[in-house]
Amino acid sequence: MLKINNLHARVEDKEILKGINLEVKPGEVHAIMGPNGSGKSTLASVIAGKENFEVTEGSVELEGEDLEDVAPEERAHKGVFLSFQYPVEIPGVSVTNFMKTAINESRKARGLEEMPAKEMLKLIREKSELLEIDRKFLSRSLNEGFSGGEKKRNEIFQMAMLEPKVAILDETDSGLDIDALRIVANGVNKLKNKDNAVVVITHYQRLLEYIVPDYVHVLHNGKIIKSGTKELALELEEKGYDWLKN
Amino acid sequence: MELKDKLVSSFMAFENTVDLDSPIHEIRSEAIKNFENKGFPTKKDEAWKYTSLNSLRKIDFSIFPKADNAIEYKDVKKYFLHEIDTYKIVFIDGIYSSFLSETTHDGVDVCLMSSALTKPMYKQIIELYFNKVASKDESLTSLNTAFSREGAYIYIPKGKMPKKPIEIINFATGNEASLMIQPRNLVIAEENAELQIIERHQSLTSNAVLTNSVTEIFAAKDAIVDYYKVQNDNANASLIDNTYIDQKGNSAVKVHTFSFGGKLIRNNLNFFQNGEHIDSTMKGVTILGEKQHVDHHTLVHHIEPNCESHQDYKGIYGEKSTGVFNGKIIVEKLAQKTNAFQQNNNILISDKASINTKPQLEIFADDVKCSHGCTIGQLDEDALFYLQSRGIPKKEARALLMYAFANNVLESVRIPELKTRINKLIAKKLGVNLGFDL
Repeated sequence: MLKINNLHARVEDKEILKGINLEVKPGEVHAIMGPNGSGKSTLASVIAGKENFEVTEGSVELEGEDLEDVAPEERAHKGVFLSFQYPVEIPGVSVTNFMKTAINESRKARGLEEMPAKEMLKLIREKSELLEIDRKFLSRSLNEGFSGGEKKRNEIFQMAMLEPKVAILDETDSGLDIDALRIVANGVNKLKNKDNAVVVITHYQRLLEYIVPDYVHVLHNGKIIKSGTKELALELEEKGYDWLKN
Repeated sequence: MELKDKLVSSFMAFENTVDLDSPIHEIRSEAIKNFENKGFPTKKDEAWKYTSLNSLRKIDFSIFPKADNAIEYKDVKKYFLHEIDTYKIVFIDGIYSSFLSETTHDGVDVCLMSSALTKPMYKQIIELYFNKVASKDESLTSLNTAFSREGAYIYIPKGKMPKKPIEIINFATGNEASLMIQPRNLVIAEENAELQIIERHQSLTSNAVLTNSVTEIFAAKDAIVDYYKVQNDNANASLIDNTYIDQKGNSAVKVHTFSFGGKLIRNNLNFFQNGEHIDSTMKGVTILGEKQHVDHHTLVHHIEPNCESHQDYKGIYGEKSTGVFNGKIIVEKLAQKTNAFQQNNNILISDKASINTKPQLEIFADDVKCSHGCTIGQLDEDALFYLQSRGIPKKEARALLMYAFANNVLESVRIPELKTRINKLIAKKLGVNLGFDL
């Protein structure tokens, strides 16, 4: 479903990704772990198509299609979703209106009519319940004044609305207390099925107790230096990363 | 003939049409003298450094338009806030249109300056208020004072509130090749009175129009005045708006200025706080393109203690448009515990657009809170990427961000139908098809 081949990327003159290979099949959950500055967030941004990263070598493929030159919004239409580590605050646009715009733009791109208002409201209600989001929250400006936990919950709410094929969760656990973590993880697990895939980027093993990965990869200095099953995460928790670095 | 000479020499002809025995005559005579001495401001005047009237001064404006310019309501309906019932004071080429207006004397006076200036029953009030807060020094205000004859007259007695908002609309028909109009408005809210006013200048053709308007607003103790200026005129219409506000203790006056169109707009908005616990609010949304120019000059004069002022102006400038924001705050020595906030944020969406922004604080008291901030920027790239990553195309994402940026100022608009109108105007100006209803 998602295939990353020998991916090299840089920002300005600094090479950050130095040859990443990764294949994610439908129904799988992959975890990418690694110390600060190893390139985790860059990898997430490159998959989502952020323009200030330059891919110098290699490719990202979604269902066999090379995503080079595909704009971020088109990647979204094709089923890529990035849950941001730091969701941007946008005063003046409510969560609901933002979601309506996003859904209808996606539908437009797929040649579909706009979603009828009633259906949209039903969908919003259903998905917000999944994330235990208060109705009042939906009329607030997007991420403005949200707590860390509310922001992350809102990201997963958007994921639930957009139903992506591949969701990349970038440090979704940071800033969450244990209750919020459980709600978010529960949301992700309910959205998970045999046809979609999740890539969890995290520092800590904690989130992986709730979202159980099929594979764990360790990213260091722009490369995957070790891959394994979920037991690897536990080992990392215990030993840290240093033993892998050489 | 230069416009100044034409105006000065027309003054006598104008005076012959009005009552020379009226006490206003003397005020007018003084005013024309001041204008004759000073003339139109030029770029040499600090306050006009970035706004030139040169091109306007060369146009041979007609000063005395014909009286018989009728227009049909259906042709201009869209310029009214027709979604709700309002009082209307309408002028066509500077002349009152009783056909399009809806005035009242039912407990409050919503009527005409020409009546107020000539009828004995208004004499006392005119003597108390007319030209009392307007500058006697500023030349364009003097020019308006010299020719003051028509405009809106609104008097709300103690504790009263008109049943509905009041619209003041000046239409220009284009029957003259070029027309200069000088509306003169007087708004008085007595103790504990409350009212809402929407003012609009609308040219109906592409012929040149120059409006030099003066509005005096008096808010007595505990009065609440909401004033909305909708500036969305044609490409050849220019507006110089001089608004002077006198506030007494505990009053709250809010002026919202929406500048979306016109050739040249100059807003001189002046607040004078003569009492304690006064709240003065100025909000502005400016969205310009083409070669449009807007200049917001605000002044808040904090004279007494424990008062507040809030200024929030947002601007989006495209194509070759230019903008100016000059916000002056004076805090007198007596005015301790003043809270004065000023914010001016701008987005330039074209390399050829420009904005000059300048806060000007003169603080003589030592226990005050004053803050000011100006920003000039492009759109936030991270925000843009965030929206795109949710499937919103770049063009729509940009528009949505600009919409959100401007829209934020509208929270304080207290007429919901007007808010929706302005929302839609903003969306239209930004060329966005929002995926949701407003």
